Amino acid sequence: MTEQGWFADTDVRDPEAAGHVVREGRADAPDDWPARAVEAGAAADEDEYYELLREATVAGTRAAVQERERADDQQLVHAVRAMADLSDAANEVAERAVEWAGSLFEDVDAGVDGARAVAGRDPETLAEERAVSLCQRAADLGDERERVREFVEAQAPAVAPNLSMLAGPVLAARLIALAGSLDDLAKMPSGTVQVLGAEDALFAHLRGHAPSPKHGVIYTHEYVHGTHPGERGSAARALAGKLSIAARVDHYSGDQRPELRDELDERMERIRARDTE
Amino acid sequence: MTLPDGVERRPFDGGDALSTRGEPAYGEPVVDGWRRWDAHRSKLGATLELGLDTGLAGGDSVLYLGAANGTTVSHVADFAGPTYAVEFAPRPVRDLLDVAEARETLFPLLKDARKPETYAHVVESGLDAIVQDVATRGQADVALANRQFLADDGRLVAAVKARSEDVTEAPEDVFERVLDQLREGYEVLATERMEPFHDDHLAVVATPK
Repeated sequence: MTEQGWFADTDVRDPEAAGHVVREGRADAPDDWPARAVEAGAAADEDEYYELLREATVAGTRAAVQERERADDQQLVHAVRAMADLSDAANEVAERAVEWAGSLFEDVDAGVDGARAVAGRDPETLAEERAVSLCQRAADLGDERERVREFVEAQAPAVAPNLSMLAGPVLAARLIALAGSLDDLAKMPSGTVQVLGAEDALFAHLRGHAPSPKHGVIYTHEYVHGTHPGERGSAARALAGKLSIAARVDHYSGDQRPELRDELDERMERIRARDTE
Repeated sequence: MTLPDGVERRPFDGGDALSTRGEPAYGEPVVDGWRRWDAHRSKLGATLELGLDTGLAGGDSVLYLGAANGTTVSHVADFAGPTYAVEFAPRPVRDLLDVAEARETLFPLLKDARKPETYAHVVESGLDAIVQDVATRGQADVALANRQFLADDGRLVAAVKARSEDVTEAPEDVFERVLDQLREGYEVLATERMEPFHDDHLAVVATPK
């Protein structure tokens, strides 16, 4: 199988079937495929071979592009939204569960970790059975959140390599989700990227009774929250600018641009140097 | 003259420029059916503009690695014969497909140039040329892995991007290392820095050894 051309086991006149072989097939080494195809009777001559090849490669590649694009950024959007839901749900269920468990057992700690500790106990009464079971649910939600986070961390660099390099995979995914898609994020001005996730504050500002927000979800980036408050606005603006460029490169060209990180690092060093002076 | 047949220097607004004849692909200026090929937007265009003897000829069969959205490939397909265009990122391939629709012997492939076994069942052996412009670490590895597609007297015409290998190292050192590795499978025929068209890029012409 691995020594055959794309035309060997398919209907070369059916672009969909032939396109599938172009996408999924393999060979250990190339060969003089046009001559092999004519010998095998798959094409009458070289000209017809190239005509069939073009139809197969265009059809197969078009299908592959659609699948990869659909697969990629929308799956990431679902995952990072699920991560947030799971966080909220795990914390809410854990809060109730450990409060209940605390009335039945000694030394119950708060939060999802507290619930996980209770889940390991042997219940002796009907009430304990319910409280321990509820703690188990909270722990399960926390575990699922971690598995979804692992998925996001693996997927984001494939969908948006430069954005993930600068923002980290989880923040990259949150920005894509807030924008709706990588396409939408790539089309946004960087001033909008800067305040993504701060919509409440932004509209309060636009209604005229609040200062303009300096940052949205990019606050979670070390370069924003780790910068002295007086320079945080500048840091957020500089970071948003680089993230916008990264999103555009990821969407429109797909190149790897490691120099973006150096440029961002240099810019941040200058901004942070200001407040130590 | 080292320009391949089908590539001509012709007058455009702002002076003479390289051009090829074919369907317009990306909003480039067209005069009398000749499409301007901007050396600032194309590494292969710059390589020709710098006067390197690429060995490329009209009607050549070509494997183009790192086709991106098809800007340069569209010109290659205008003067070359069968042209296989490999690109890894889905978004630019959407534009590449439009370029391919308008050209009879351009074959677009959404594949990873580091994994030739995933397209060796499609791309033929004995090609006249490989044009390589991949912005990834391991550019010499890519050239060596794809050498199997070239005829014994075929040409590799590559644009080596220093920053893709190492952003901190001096470009000269990066180029030396990439060339050393390339010599494991190729004889290097000519090299030239691509300034002022492209910073920190080296044009390389080589043939299998």
